[in-house]
Amino acid sequence: MALTAHIEEQARDASERVLEVDNLQTYFYTRTGLIRAVDGISFSLGRGETLAIVGESGCGKSVTALSLMRLVADPPGRIVGGSVKLDGVDLLGLDAATMRSIRGNQISMVFQEPMTSLNPVMTIGRQIGESLVLHQNLSRAAALERAIEILQLVGIPEPRQRVKEYPHQLSGGMRQRAMIAMALACNPKVLIADEPTSALDVTIQAQILELVAKLQRELGTAVILITHDLGVVAETAERVIVMYAGRKVEEATVGELFAAPLHPYTRGLMTSIPRLALMRGETKAVERLQEIPGMVPALTNLPPGCAFAPRCAFADDACRAQYPPYAEKRPQHWAACWHSDKLAGAIDG
Amino acid sequence: MALIDHDAELSRAGANVSSRLGSVVFFARRYPLGAVGALIMIMFVATAIFADALTTYDPFSTNARTSLAPPGSAHVLGADFMGRDVWSRIVYGSRISLAVGLGATTLGCLIGMVIGLMSGFFGGWFDLLVQRLMDIMQSLPLLVMALVMAASLGPSLGNTIIAIAIPLVPNVARIIRSNTLSLREMPFVEAARAVGMSEPRIALQHVLPNTLAPLIVLATAQFGSAILVESALAFLGLGVPEPHPSWGRMLSESAAEYVRTAPYLVIFPGLAISAVVFGTNLLGDAIRDILDPRQRV
Repeated sequence: MALTAHIEEQARDASERVLEVDNLQTYFYTRTGLIRAVDGISFSLGRGETLAIVGESGCGKSVTALSLMRLVADPPGRIVGGSVKLDGVDLLGLDAATMRSIRGNQISMVFQEPMTSLNPVMTIGRQIGESLVLHQNLSRAAALERAIEILQLVGIPEPRQRVKEYPHQLSGGMRQRAMIAMALACNPKVLIADEPTSALDVTIQAQILELVAKLQRELGTAVILITHDLGVVAETAERVIVMYAGRKVEEATVGELFAAPLHPYTRGLMTSIPRLALMRGETKAVERLQEIPGMVPALTNLPPGCAFAPRCAFADDACRAQYPPYAEKRPQHWAACWHSDKLAGAIDG
Repeated sequence: MALIDHDAELSRAGANVSSRLGSVVFFARRYPLGAVGALIMIMFVATAIFADALTTYDPFSTNARTSLAPPGSAHVLGADFMGRDVWSRIVYGSRISLAVGLGATTLGCLIGMVIGLMSGFFGGWFDLLVQRLMDIMQSLPLLVMALVMAASLGPSLGNTIIAIAIPLVPNVARIIRSNTLSLREMPFVEAARAVGMSEPRIALQHVLPNTLAPLIVLATAQFGSAILVESALAFLGLGVPEPHPSWGRMLSESAAEYVRTAPYLVIFPGLAISAVVFGTNLLGDAIRDILDPRQRV
């Protein structure tokens, strides 16, 4: 069975896994009803590995990230089930003080908005030094020295000057570098990057991604990259999880996923990326850029069957009646779709 | 296109200002009104400190012969009906005004800051309770509130400070609370959480400093109104007791009886009050502009 193989494999190299998430469920209790923002997500992350979580806005990527950090605002949100094990310790079972000592220290996060994620009235140096003061009991002066080193590491020129400056004196790319410096100050085991490049210029995006990859090689940090941009995924990640409506719909290595997407949603995401070859008209038929029709459904009112069915070209009665099982369709390639075979055939044939 | 003199533009932007004195000169040029305000305040504070050196007459000694003496060579600003030198009394009165202004503003802002921050950041029943209390306090005008406080506390310098500080609290608490409410949702607060900071620490280190710019503007305005209210309390006979010279009481003693016969008894203390209040407001605006790091390019 595919599932048992999966479990066995998990047991085999458990020591190699720094983060193990099992059946994570984060629900929001709102006036409009129960929102299952994250509904049974499981994945594991190896040491130094880059895992991408992809999906449209509102599919639960960010809530997943916040759940791992236990930063979901309560109320209205609550982590109602599952476990998040960081080196074997279940973060969901820790008390608030212990969790604080882990946040920013062993697991840290880079946010999407570099413009507003830095305190405007505090110098860059102090903000980067903060986690060092908190977690490593460094003095302010020592933390500042270390902040200068880290700024150097993330490629900010003249770090000795920069630590004395305020966020508004830095450009967007520089601020994101500073944010990364902040997140990496304590050399965490896991770095969660929530859309780290979405607010940046394309040229800066590439620089930031390269920086993350470089730091990852040097520091051995495992990275969870949350993005809606498959281009970013292709450049940086090793494995990809595709999320839709709070659930995993597909998971594979990057090469495998791009070669043979087994879920129509993943395919939809891929065909909606503009490609230079297509634009130049080098292929035989200049295709129009495809979009996925419709929108992510309201999570309060999910259909009984596959959540993607209303937008899916392959959907039939089976799809609308029952949620497809999440299964290993090809080696190391899982998907939740009744029609994966059809999709695979379409590609192979 | 006209040629641009880059050096001149740079020096206008303050690029080559390095020394402390240089930056003072730079800011004085950039904010001339603020400089005027600062000058008034410096004079005010200096007057309070060097009162002994600035006066020849004892502000308390009475002299029947000089009663209601007009301004002249003996008494620069004249003498009141008890023959006390008006200049001396105004100069010594600056100490009272400074003490009341500084004391009441500091006390009021401190209390208001703590209440506003806790109320805004933690919310819940504390917020609800405290804000209703603030509503009640704000339903009375500052002066009336201070009047009630002063009357119940009794006249003394300390009590006057408290009586003026307490009514200042709701204003400060409101401003800090509303700022805190919006700051609480800022991504950098979330980022601080992600770094593992505790909530009280986030409130003090990240939220509070961001509320300081509006607070300083408010505090300077409050400083002026504290002095005004002190004058008003003294005018009504509730402020700092005799024989301490208070600008407000100098006005009140003279206003009713001597305003026609000896208008200088009213004009000079009145001028002193206006000048200081004017100075604080000018200075407050400039300080806000200078302190806000977003404007410090």
